[in-house]
Amino acid sequence: MSETPQLKAPISVFLVDDHALFRAGVRTELDSITNEVRVVGEAGSVAEAVAGIARTKPQVVLLDVHMPDGGGAEVLRRARTDLPDVVFLALSVSDAAEDVIAVIRAGARGYVTKTISSKELVRAIARVAEGDAVFSPRLAGFVLDAFADRPGSAPISDPELDLLTPRERDVLRLLARGYAYKEIASELFISVKTVETHVSSVLRKTQLSNRYELSRWASDRRLV
Amino acid sequence: MDHVQEKPRTETGMPLPRPPGEGAVVPAAGSALAEVDERPKMYRRRSSRVVAGVASGLADHLGIKVLWVRATFAILAAFGGAGMVAYGLLWVFVPQRRREETEAPATPREKQQAIGLLILGVGLLVAGGAITGAINGWVAVPLALALVGAAVVWREADESQRRRWRDGARSGVAGMVLGGGGWSAAIRILAGVALVITGIGVVVLRSGSLDQVQFALLAVLATLVGVAVLTVPFWLRMGRDLGEERRARIRTEERAEIAAHLHDSVLQTLALIQKQSESPKEVARLARSQERELRGWLYGPSGYGTPEKKGEDRSVAFSQAIANACGEVEDTFAISVSQVVVGEAQLDDRLTALVLAAREAMVNAAKHAGVDEVSVYAEVEPTAVTVFVRDRGKGFDPETVSEDRHGLADSIRGRMERNGGTVRLRTAPGDGTEVQLEMPVKADSGGTR
Repeated sequence: MSETPQLKAPISVFLVDDHALFRAGVRTELDSITNEVRVVGEAGSVAEAVAGIARTKPQVVLLDVHMPDGGGAEVLRRARTDLPDVVFLALSVSDAAEDVIAVIRAGARGYVTKTISSKELVRAIARVAEGDAVFSPRLAGFVLDAFADRPGSAPISDPELDLLTPRERDVLRLLARGYAYKEIASELFISVKTVETHVSSVLRKTQLSNRYELSRWASDRRLV
Repeated sequence: MDHVQEKPRTETGMPLPRPPGEGAVVPAAGSALAEVDERPKMYRRRSSRVVAGVASGLADHLGIKVLWVRATFAILAAFGGAGMVAYGLLWVFVPQRRREETEAPATPREKQQAIGLLILGVGLLVAGGAITGAINGWVAVPLALALVGAAVVWREADESQRRRWRDGARSGVAGMVLGGGGWSAAIRILAGVALVITGIGVVVLRSGSLDQVQFALLAVLATLVGVAVLTVPFWLRMGRDLGEERRARIRTEERAEIAAHLHDSVLQTLALIQKQSESPKEVARLARSQERELRGWLYGPSGYGTPEKKGEDRSVAFSQAIANACGEVEDTFAISVSQVVVGEAQLDDRLTALVLAAREAMVNAAKHAGVDEVSVYAEVEPTAVTVFVRDRGKGFDPETVSEDRHGLADSIRGRMERNGGTVRLRTAPGDGTEVQLEMPVKADSGGTR
């Protein structure tokens, strides 16, 4: 389909956002700058999204966090059990930690803000499609905050799961500082693959952790 | 342009006009209702009720078994009818649950128990009355009449209330007294009239044979109850209408406030952007500062969407100071500064110095690195607060920095060292620059919250 030899077919992407204008913009951008991704459908509401995702079976769903009837977390709850292979990438304008953490905990593979450049968005889509987690610096900050050992925090229910290893913490810190995976790898003298493994395990812990803190921390953060 | 900008102001910037009389009444009457609204609401049950749903509603509200509530009412009935009075008062003052809300259905066993307890309660009331001698034969008849009349009226008031919810109509005074018409309203009026007549009749028929004062009191009481029965639904409805009215007014004002804010911020900026459309840099600067402002308004610590916390000390916090510094640099140099702050601390002298040093590092990056994005990461730990200011710009060779460049030496290194902090610099030509600032936290200040 193109003159550059491609190993894989383009990644199919489904857009979920309640603003038609934003969907149109993302679609145009994604279609124009690369043939790595192909938009197969879009939806403006939770119900539409659930139906559309089930119908088109995309590889990646770009998911808005804030929608009138329940938001991204609701789409995840309803679409994810039937289609475990579809990966979700949250694309949000919201800065509120609880919004972000809600979709991550519901099973999104990453979170990027809407000010992201189109090139980076394509990279992020490609990365989640390969099974990697995508952490923006801000998300890394939120997660670090969630796992922070604050004095007086609730007892840890599952220590194995509920703590980040020092290495994971280091990786997250560098992510929050705006380092790319390659830079993190050379900084910590590990391979990029290892960085990816750490990031994925942080995501898994965030999603699985039943630490009291994780549900509480968002409201804590609002007070700061 | 002016016309376009002014129009939304007059339309949306003010609360909706309302009749002056109405507006004057609402705040005074609404203030008492407001306090009730703060607490979690108690409702009488609509389904699975035996008399009026008070006991089950109370059980829902308190989170205990309905059986215990009913038993308590029954036992209390023995003490001069206290249980009955309490039940009656709750019936009067607790609103019924709206239809659409779901409730747990009652089991037949529960219903049986309830009826049993109801009979027990009445029995205890009569027994208690007989023992204490409070209920004599001649009082019992009008009293029973009054109670039955009141019960009929309240049953009916429930019905008409349902009708009112369904219609959503704000009926007038006459409509309220009549309760939306129908023969149930007629029954209520008849009961009220019967009570008044009873009151008068007691005086007329029994006067002379017993103590005059007692009869006079009884007659007055019966008459008053009769009048109350006739008008109480009206008062209650007025109260509830006022509450409804007040809520609607708050919503309207809130909408007006949001509209006014969006007008003052977003619309003004969009208008400016249209004028500046040939200068992308200026457009980006305006958009960024507007985004930051709106974000702060929506999601910030004192933001619009943040629930209000009482008694919270919100003096300037470290994260806020960092955010302000980032915002200033963004605006001054038209670059984007993405900041991530983990943890929180109260600002003291040392942390103020740290923020100022970080700000200077951002300014350096903005001036010399030749990039349009700078990352700032700050972390509050129990022992120290660290800030990283990073750009992917030109970088430089620290050895070749000329002596007259005071920014790094004085504003950053000097300031940090005076306050006991340290500075580390990672930079190389073509590799970007990262300034790492670390400030130890005083042991007593506690570090993270």
